[in-house]
Amino acid sequence: MNTLKWTYEVDGSDFTRAGEASSNVKKKLRALGVSPDVIRKVSIALYEGEINMVIHADGGKIDVEMTPEKIDMVLADTGKGIPDIEQAMQEGWSTAPDEVRSLGFGAGMGLPNMKKYSDEMRIESTVGVGTTVYMTVYIQ
Amino acid sequence: MTPIEFAQKYGLTVVSEGGGGCREIEGAYCCDLLSLVMGRAKENDAFVTVMANVNTIAVAVLADVACVILCEGIHFDAQSLARAKQQEVCVLESGESSFAVALKLGKELGLC
Repeated sequence: MNTLKWTYEVDGSDFTRAGEASSNVKKKLRALGVSPDVIRKVSIALYEGEINMVIHADGGKIDVEMTPEKIDMVLADTGKGIPDIEQAMQEGWSTAPDEVRSLGFGAGMGLPNMKKYSDEMRIESTVGVGTTVYMTVYIQ
Repeated sequence: MTPIEFAQKYGLTVVSEGGGGCREIEGAYCCDLLSLVMGRAKENDAFVTVMANVNTIAVAVLADVACVILCEGIHFDAQSLARAKQQEVCVLESGESSFAVALKLGKELGLC
């Protein structure tokens, strides 16, 4: 199988549209016959990433690359950046505004969920420049 | 028991039949914090909540639940309901509390 690549622009202005990329990837993986466990991991990790991009960075870009062995996801934004990544990774730590909390998010579960549901995750962030999150889920 | 059968037996309103309407409910998960639901609800659970916005539907799709049961007489707005129908998510509404609905689910699932 060749490498498959998909790219998505995440619209930062519309919180209700977050999830379009992850839903789309989920459909594609299902059509490709990927196991439900892998699909679930990829979908949750991507959706949390999308939500984060909308809440904190006014959108961004998602690149997904699939080989027979793994699915690599790169989520890049040009938002305000994360000053302390270790602190941001702690469950319950959140800087999300109240309106986001009232919609059922912003409880400090986003990055921990992304780490939990990906097999590998790495964050690069510079304050004032942006954040890039690299996640990998292994298929086999 | 399917969500539709559950609704008929206990007088809940089916507002979106969805593709999940004829799936078997295999478990239940009650929560309003969508980040938790996403990670912890299981496939074919009945997802019991009072959180009524379009992201509830997105999470229901991602978690692959059998249905969403919206409690306390709360309704989805037109946009959320349209999304539920488009994504084939089965949605039921109840005037009762999440706890009361969970008890009924527990009984049907043989858990209490």
